[in-house]
Amino acid sequence: MNFETVIGLEVHVELSTNSKIFSPASTKFGGDPNSNTNVIDWSLPGVLPVMNKGVIDSGIKAALALNMDIHKSMHFDRKNYFYPDNPKAYQISQFDEPIGYNGSIEIELEDGHKATIRIERAHLEEDAGKNTHGTDGYSYVDLNRQGVPLIEIVSEADMRTPEEAYAYLTALKEAILYTGISDVKMEEGSMRCDANVSLRPYGQEAFGVKTEVKNMNSFSNVKKALDFEVARQAKILRAGGEIRQETRRFNDKTGETILMRVKEGASDYRYFPEPDVPRFEISDEWIEQMRASLPMTATARRAHYINDLGLSDYDARQLTATKEVSDFFDQAIKFDTDPKLVSNWLQGEVAQYLNSEKKELHEIGLTPENLTEMIRLISDGTISSKIAKKVFIELAKNGGSAEEFVKKAGLVQISDPDLLLPIIHEVFAKNEQSVADYRGGKQNAAKALVGQLMKATKGQANPTVAQKLLYQELDNF
Amino acid sequence: MSYNNKSIKELHELLVNKEISALELTKATLSDIQAREPQIDAFLKVTEEKALKEAAAIDARGINPDVVTDGISIGVKDNIVTEGIETTAASKILGGWIPPYNATVANKLSQSGLITIGKLNMDEFAMGGSGENSSIKPTKNAWDQTKVPGGSSSGSAASVASGEVRLSLGSDTGGSIRQPAAFNGIVGLKPTYGRVSRFGLIAFASSLDQIGPLTPTVEENAQLLNVISGFDKNDSTSSNVAVPDFTSKIGQDIKGMKIALPKEYFGEGIDEKVKEQILAAAKHLEKLGAIVEEVSLPHSKYGVAVYYIIASSEASSNLQRFDGIRYGYRAQDIKNLEDLYVKSRSEGFGPEVQRRIMLGTFSLSAGSYDKHFKKAGQVRTLIINDFAKVFEKYDLILGPTTPTPAWDLGARVDDPISMYLADLLTIPVNLAGLPGISIPAGFADGLPVGMQLIGKRYDEETIYQVAAAFEATTDFHKKQPIIFGK
Repeated sequence: MNFETVIGLEVHVELSTNSKIFSPASTKFGGDPNSNTNVIDWSLPGVLPVMNKGVIDSGIKAALALNMDIHKSMHFDRKNYFYPDNPKAYQISQFDEPIGYNGSIEIELEDGHKATIRIERAHLEEDAGKNTHGTDGYSYVDLNRQGVPLIEIVSEADMRTPEEAYAYLTALKEAILYTGISDVKMEEGSMRCDANVSLRPYGQEAFGVKTEVKNMNSFSNVKKALDFEVARQAKILRAGGEIRQETRRFNDKTGETILMRVKEGASDYRYFPEPDVPRFEISDEWIEQMRASLPMTATARRAHYINDLGLSDYDARQLTATKEVSDFFDQAIKFDTDPKLVSNWLQGEVAQYLNSEKKELHEIGLTPENLTEMIRLISDGTISSKIAKKVFIELAKNGGSAEEFVKKAGLVQISDPDLLLPIIHEVFAKNEQSVADYRGGKQNAAKALVGQLMKATKGQANPTVAQKLLYQELDNF
Repeated sequence: MSYNNKSIKELHELLVNKEISALELTKATLSDIQAREPQIDAFLKVTEEKALKEAAAIDARGINPDVVTDGISIGVKDNIVTEGIETTAASKILGGWIPPYNATVANKLSQSGLITIGKLNMDEFAMGGSGENSSIKPTKNAWDQTKVPGGSSSGSAASVASGEVRLSLGSDTGGSIRQPAAFNGIVGLKPTYGRVSRFGLIAFASSLDQIGPLTPTVEENAQLLNVISGFDKNDSTSSNVAVPDFTSKIGQDIKGMKIALPKEYFGEGIDEKVKEQILAAAKHLEKLGAIVEEVSLPHSKYGVAVYYIIASSEASSNLQRFDGIRYGYRAQDIKNLEDLYVKSRSEGFGPEVQRRIMLGTFSLSAGSYDKHFKKAGQVRTLIINDFAKVFEKYDLILGPTTPTPAWDLGARVDDPISMYLADLLTIPVNLAGLPGISIPAGFADGLPVGMQLIGKRYDEETIYQVAAAFEATTDFHKKQPIIFGK
């Protein structure tokens, strides 16, 4: 018997606001344990949450990017449960009226197959802290992450293959990334994904019993975990067995999912409206303001690159792989630079450099200004392409103006025959044998002389002009 | 020498004229407290050293002649967080907790030159109407030490009524300021919900809690409300409605003032003597020119039921943070995490608190939520609408504060329902978020009877106007318990 796979994904995205959702503490990642906390994060008796309006801005942007309707009468709810990383013993979340609902996103598989995945809801909530268990027998609680704003995006069970799930995550990540509300990095935990998987016989409408799979920390792991889980469930069903409703954990070392806990009925979180954060209205003006502030989507940017700038489909995809590169590109071409040249640099030298240094564009000294300045210096013959590589390294490492560096370091290309001729004659004088060889008919001997000339000028000789002059002088005796 | 019979206005004059120093006044207050505490048990902690230091500092910089509260001492209910001073809400579970921050009202007190002289006893986590739920000790009624002082602001009321301090802060979730004020024959106001910041008030029921002043007279009450009111960026439920001078209408006559008498406030369960006193008080206001008419608040009879669902539900969630992990009491000899939670909470919370946590947890549970919590919310709306309808035509609502005067210590401890019913007349005011005051309006069997005046949202001024007119033309507030003149 063959089964149809049914997949729904729950994705948590960390919003990159400066302060937490209900406290003024910093959201900065990676500080000493409990360094980014205050009395509110500690849930000391008497403290109250105060909503960070920037989080609502982000929520509206996400809802717009995912084609969702927005609950204009906004409120939060309490989700009650005890755990040491949850210091109030309730999480402030949204239950019956999430900020966004009834959305959708287009996905495209590698083979070109397209589909629309519906999104049930997107709600705002606070993250919990982190428990660690020491080797000393104690457990430790770090509340730095407590109160970091999250948006949880819940898809409908619309995906039918692990490939579709992968494509959904890719599309979702891109959509969120281009709103600028999060850096959506699964490896760093700013995007987290849980999957609900079930199988049903083809033609059957009712869903089968589902399992929930957790702990997948990359897109490819999501696909691996789903592949495994689909096969596991199919095997059980084919053998006449039944799927148990349970939560399973992906082990990335073995590529398997393993049982975490069996669900015995739904947990009772005793949700009720949060009385400390009053209900408030999201006005149409607010929504329109957010809509107007949304940057262009990746899809729109690709169309612009191909149709208006004449770039290839491949280039357009490469440039929009991250919003940062795309933004950089858009800035750079504002300086009247050939888009193709900027694109080549970004995909070539720049990408290689970032890769080898394990850095991101904003972490290096290169700017749209100094990159285009450098490209202009190449175009007008001030520096050679070879020298440009040297200049690029300097800009990447230390930033600053390309032109100033080229002047200061004496890297300006020598194209003036009056400057080059004396050097050519000097090279001839030092390499009489090669000159004689060439003039005796050995064409190859000239190449050595060109090499010597470049060496003598420290690479600054304009190769075209220099070669022309050198041959002219060789032949002219 | 004691100055406890002088109003803060009179004390202010003495201070400004340098007839006494803030230090001398504070020492006098400390000795008033010392003399009465053995009989009253109003304080959980007297912060003598800190108070004397603050008084000396005030003397050093000089009394501000424009600030009537400058250099005066105040007692603060122990559910209001005070930096560096143990704050427990009279619960074992918070024993030894020294807060690293101040409640917004605590900051406002010191900004107005008030000296916090100690932390006042209360029913644990403000849950109770007799003061007997304190995990430390029961406070006694100032008029008769065999009677309950009322609660939950038991210490706040008894300390003022017995002449220990002139001013105190309490909190009122279902009557916790007004009821003990009535039982002790003083003035206690629950402000409009949102008038006073709740930041730093240890939450009982977030949608109902409000901090308010307890004082011997109406004017002092308004003066203290002036100090603590106002929007607070740390409390999203605090209101940015402008704060007037609450004393501004005191002294104005009340001719033509329209006062409503809800018939439900004079019905079943209300002590005949109490009824008699309050009806006489209404007549008195009529004589002063007010128009008094009977109205109906038809849904007020559901108030107690609705309250115990909503307040307990919110409390069950608010009190979950007391888990033994980060602060306060932690049980010993525990086996695992769940054991730590269960034991710390079972040992740390008193029986009434546990009863309400269970009631609230049940009300919010799947299968119960719609029948209880949600339904209670709907009835709450009906109660709000009842009041709104009356306030279309009337300026104030008048009734008794409590169905009976204070009862004997211990008389109701085994009967929570009869204890809950003591808040019958105050609870609807919290459910509707309205301001309400209790002022002395007579005696029944030698014990004070309180009159409740309920106002429109943010109209504490009119409450004070009428309360002051009544006070100015009656003598009830001048009668003092024996212990006052001790």
